[in-house]
Amino acid sequence: MVEEKSISSRAFDIFNICLLSLLALLTLYPFLYVLFASVSNPTAFMKGDFVLLWRPLGFQVESYRFVFRNRMIMTGFSNSVFYLFAGTAISMVLTFLGAYVLSRSGYLLKKPLTMLIMFTMYFSGGMVPTFLTVKSLGMLDSIWAILIPSALSTYNMIVLRTAFSGIPKSLEESARIDGANDFTILFRIMAPLSLPTIAVIGLFYAVGRWNAWFNAVIYLRDRGLYPLQLVLREILITSNADYMAQAGSSLELTALGELIKYATIIVATTPILVVYPFIQRYFVKGMMIGAVKE
Amino acid sequence: MHNAWNRLKMDIAKHRYLYLMALPVLAYYIIFCYLPIYGAQIAFKNFVPGLGILGSPWAGLTHFKAFFGSVYFGRILGNTLLISFYSLIFSFPMPIILALLLNEVKSKWFKSTVQTLSYLPHFISLVVVCSIIREFTASGGAINQIIRLLGGTPRTMLLVPELFRPIYIISEIWQEIGWGSIIYLAALSGIDPTYYDAAVVDGAGRWRRMWNVTLPGIMPTIVILLILRLGQVMSVGFEKIILLYSPSIYETADVISSFVYRKGLLEQGYSYSAAVGLFNSVINFVLVVTANTISRRVNETSLW
Repeated sequence: MVEEKSISSRAFDIFNICLLSLLALLTLYPFLYVLFASVSNPTAFMKGDFVLLWRPLGFQVESYRFVFRNRMIMTGFSNSVFYLFAGTAISMVLTFLGAYVLSRSGYLLKKPLTMLIMFTMYFSGGMVPTFLTVKSLGMLDSIWAILIPSALSTYNMIVLRTAFSGIPKSLEESARIDGANDFTILFRIMAPLSLPTIAVIGLFYAVGRWNAWFNAVIYLRDRGLYPLQLVLREILITSNADYMAQAGSSLELTALGELIKYATIIVATTPILVVYPFIQRYFVKGMMIGAVKE
Repeated sequence: MHNAWNRLKMDIAKHRYLYLMALPVLAYYIIFCYLPIYGAQIAFKNFVPGLGILGSPWAGLTHFKAFFGSVYFGRILGNTLLISFYSLIFSFPMPIILALLLNEVKSKWFKSTVQTLSYLPHFISLVVVCSIIREFTASGGAINQIIRLLGGTPRTMLLVPELFRPIYIISEIWQEIGWGSIIYLAALSGIDPTYYDAAVVDGAGRWRRMWNVTLPGIMPTIVILLILRLGQVMSVGFEKIILLYSPSIYETADVISSFVYRKGLLEQGYSYSAAVGLFNSVINFVLVVTANTISRRVNETSLW
């Protein structure tokens, strides 16, 4: 673009920068508020004679001590780590196989198989029949109900299929002449050549697994299997009384209870915030792949 | 028939590894997608857990009639459409505006900082986002602190029916504006720079270039995303609704999917709720297929 230095153009730039800075601030501020509140002095915070927080009111880390002493949060955290790794692994294996099968041609069932899969993107049996199916499979209240029923994302599979289809046929043909079977071709040729797409899909699955809570609501009764998000929902949203009671009944401890909520939000969000700067460009790339090739 | 069977057997023998690979994927789709579709027949039955899906007695259209005749029908249909409609008017244009503004930024550093920050909320779990919303809109929360400063009376905003939709939409914009802008930024990067040079030669200022070059350049993307979005007007996700609503605001907050969840899984009205769900699935199917067909046509004609 050609440089120009007219006054209106300058004014536009200044206005634009201000607006975008405001947007960045509005995006970030809720997290800062939660952070400041979580370490504030409970009594000062409860008095509430402030308008928005720009720094902590006093300082304490007692709220965090409560979070880390909470058994449910710690169990939830380790369950979620397990669901994240096991779930993503299962998802990836299914996605690999499906994407490979859909990217091949020349076999008899290709068309019916493709149609069978695509149809599910448009129509589903609904929440209740799905629940009854999982129930009839005897999966209720087990880790399998969390790991298996929503393991495969058709969208991700199609994105990977597109990547596989873009790999030159000649590579596959020469491998076949050397006696390679489909498994060898998938894992030795297709996969290494599609690493960026695979990374993106893996990250999408991983974030989805980490943030998922609803399947646990309907499939799990055993609190020992709860993922972190469901524990968070109990503490932060269903606001159960026994959690507060655990904190105590005096006014100061009630105030602390409020700060414990903020501390919980910070503890739950930190893992994502720590990884985010490193992986965000992969996500952006993933959006582009999906957008361009869909 | 016999012949076809033999051909299939030969094909399977020839591509045995391929079929072996397809097996788990096929099993997944049959078990978790097609068994539920088959199970949706309980919408036409009186489901009794002891008798199972097949054994339960037929009930015809009883559940559909009960739903269409109930007060809930108008309410949840209206709420679903209204939330979709507001989201379309207020949330949909925001990422486009953001992409246009980002496109005008000259400092690379500033641009990528704003981008990185604006994508962030998309990755925060809904449970955390909704609990932040709850804390902020509580009577002592951040938003009420501002309201008090301006002389208003603080109140628990999520208990006020009229405030639910604004809260839902504003938080949606906050969470998705950055992420939504990526696709438009991708489209922007595909605009031929010579158009801009030509516009400058013609004496077009920055507003004119934005209106006459940039916006038309991303118009095909906007149109396609708009059409696809229209195909989803009847599917408002239940997760955020469930995390935010409470009985006192059902009148504005309850949508089809949250209603299906409550009636079906919380109150065990399996058949009734399956009927409501099926009604919604069928409408969604028609809408999405129509939207996709239109978008494919538009896509072809506008590209060439």
